[in-house]
Amino acid sequence: MITRREFLQASVAASAIVGISGFGNWSRLAAQQALTQDQLLQFDDFGNVTLIHITDIHAQLKPIWFREPEINIGVGEAAGRPPHVTGKDFIKMFNLTPGSPEAYALTYEDFTALGKTYGKMGGMDRVATVVKAIKAARPEAILLDGGDTWHGSMTSFLTKGQDMVDVMNALGVEAMTSHWEWTYGSERVNEIVEGLPFPFLGANIFDVEWNEPAYEPYTIFERGGVRIAVIGQAFPYMPIANPGWMFPEYSFGIREERMQEVVDEVRGQGVDLVVCLSHNGFDVDRKMISRVKGIDVILTGHTHDAVPEPVLVGETILIASGSNGKFVSRVDLDVRDGRMMGFRHKLIPIFSDVIAPDAEMASLIDEARAPFKDQLEEQIGTTDSLLYRRGNFNGTWDDLICRAVRSERDAQIALSPGVRWGTTLLPGDAITREDIHNVTSMTYGACYRNAMTGETLKLILEDVADNIFNTDPYYQQGGDMVRVGGLAYAIDVSKPIGERISDMRLADTGEAIEAAKSYTVAGWASVNEGTEGPQIWDVIESHIRKIGTVSLEPNTTVTVTGI
Amino acid sequence: MMITRREAILAGFGSIATAAVPSMGLAATVDELTATFTGGAAAGEGGLTLTAPEIAENGNTVPVEVNAPGAVAIMILATGNPEPAVATFTFGPAAGSQRAATRIRLAKTQDVVAMAKMADGSVVQASATVKVTIGGCGG
Repeated sequence: MITRREFLQASVAASAIVGISGFGNWSRLAAQQALTQDQLLQFDDFGNVTLIHITDIHAQLKPIWFREPEINIGVGEAAGRPPHVTGKDFIKMFNLTPGSPEAYALTYEDFTALGKTYGKMGGMDRVATVVKAIKAARPEAILLDGGDTWHGSMTSFLTKGQDMVDVMNALGVEAMTSHWEWTYGSERVNEIVEGLPFPFLGANIFDVEWNEPAYEPYTIFERGGVRIAVIGQAFPYMPIANPGWMFPEYSFGIREERMQEVVDEVRGQGVDLVVCLSHNGFDVDRKMISRVKGIDVILTGHTHDAVPEPVLVGETILIASGSNGKFVSRVDLDVRDGRMMGFRHKLIPIFSDVIAPDAEMASLIDEARAPFKDQLEEQIGTTDSLLYRRGNFNGTWDDLICRAVRSERDAQIALSPGVRWGTTLLPGDAITREDIHNVTSMTYGACYRNAMTGETLKLILEDVADNIFNTDPYYQQGGDMVRVGGLAYAIDVSKPIGERISDMRLADTGEAIEAAKSYTVAGWASVNEGTEGPQIWDVIESHIRKIGTVSLEPNTTVTVTGI
Repeated sequence: MMITRREAILAGFGSIATAAVPSMGLAATVDELTATFTGGAAAGEGGLTLTAPEIAENGNTVPVEVNAPGAVAIMILATGNPEPAVATFTFGPAAGSQRAATRIRLAKTQDVVAMAKMADGSVVQASATVKVTIGGCGG
């Protein structure tokens, strides 16, 4: 692991660009235990351009718990570097005080106790307060949404994303890019896009038939005498990681050469600043900006990383703004003579008990929820355990889901997708229907039951592992490892595809998985068209109703080596 | 009348010298195909751009593009296919550019290799790993 000093030297100090991050300030305030809205928002205006970045909200309109990962392994050049630093190492690298609000917001350490002390985070009404405050100071600030906005909750599912569209329009978003948006199907996406008061950007979204650009690649803003190009980059692996049959007209991909072409095009138009609004994921973006020349600021998304200081690669600053509405990034830039001369940055934590809700937005959210209120808030059970998902391997929510799937679908083995969204519940919390949807909501949630051979199971584990642990970021899709129930295995993350997974066993009996033998497997989120089965949230609800109170033992079925 | 894009392209194809690889009873190996194309010349680097996706969206139809200004011929090989030969494009003196795009079928994750022969007989090479995956769980 590199030290924070090395990290900063490698990032900020080594560059000609003058950079200040507001993070240290936030730390001091916390140490004084004087967390107020004004102090969270405190920012000495800098330069002549302000960007506001929010990403991966996953349709979380209300404040939530979201536990940051305990295990987030970096491979190759990313090993030991942000965002692949967690817990105490993270606290040490960024010089945080254990037990402080920022340690709570940014790490998993003592999550239950700190969660009770500092409260839930996020809530789009609080985000609205922050955005309004920034705009009051900087009326020409540009609000950019990195995507994964319309998906992730029961209300977004029931309204096909409309609740989020209404909220983001009211918030004053000026451009966005996309990922899970596409899982509503291309027809619905295009219906929404036609009505958006801002561009839906994706330089890498192409028409399948002609392999030609299908959406606006960029938009140009004129603010404070500065011309700013914002280029959008949608999630590159759409038809691979999500069901391609839902948007068959479009092709995605990283398309690095296309990004260079578009940067060159806007530079050719004489813009002063080039911003990339990306849903590539952190490691993919770090590689892309080391190869594509001419991007000043990249606002990264997809991998849900909250990094309190910008990472500098060459002359490009990379900003990672977290997920679920937990954070809003404010980036002030000094742009002169067609160049970015300096920046000031602050990752603003949205402590929902500290930041006052914006009344207009709060009523818009209540309105959106009203028709479904009874369904959303119905209590299904209670949990004695901390329920979370984020991390490279099974979280406790995944253990609960896999248990529900195995028991309700009578299967030997359960598979559950390693998505990075899914909110957290604290021990003692009620489990409502909305909570279940927050970890399962999707348009392809049928819970299938199949027979699979040991060979197929191994192939699946190897394939997904390579999407995370391939040392070349361009081959990483940005999810976490597929979650398993009833199956134990060992994984050496340092090995190449085909050699990572070993010692596969049935967890209950310890019996070795045989390649040629067939096992009953149930799971959800299949990308195949025509998958049949009950909806996953109904499966979980039925299971929780039977058990009443959730109480989970630590899961020891996955053995990880090679870190 | 406006002609459609499809008609324009169909008309255009007639004037491009495209040599589809003839079907062979026994697949030629990568080494054999390389030897035949290069005539034994060692392949250098640079001057040839091969554009292919890192991960195929559909292994049955993977878009690839080759561009080698000044080339007289460009060969594309799918090194991991049972039959590696994909296409060889030849460019006459009247060709406006030495660039070609096609779609290829990839049986599994493999390196796609392109070789370009220049007017002076020198050969350059580029390769790209294209992953063919069963699909994951992007989150």
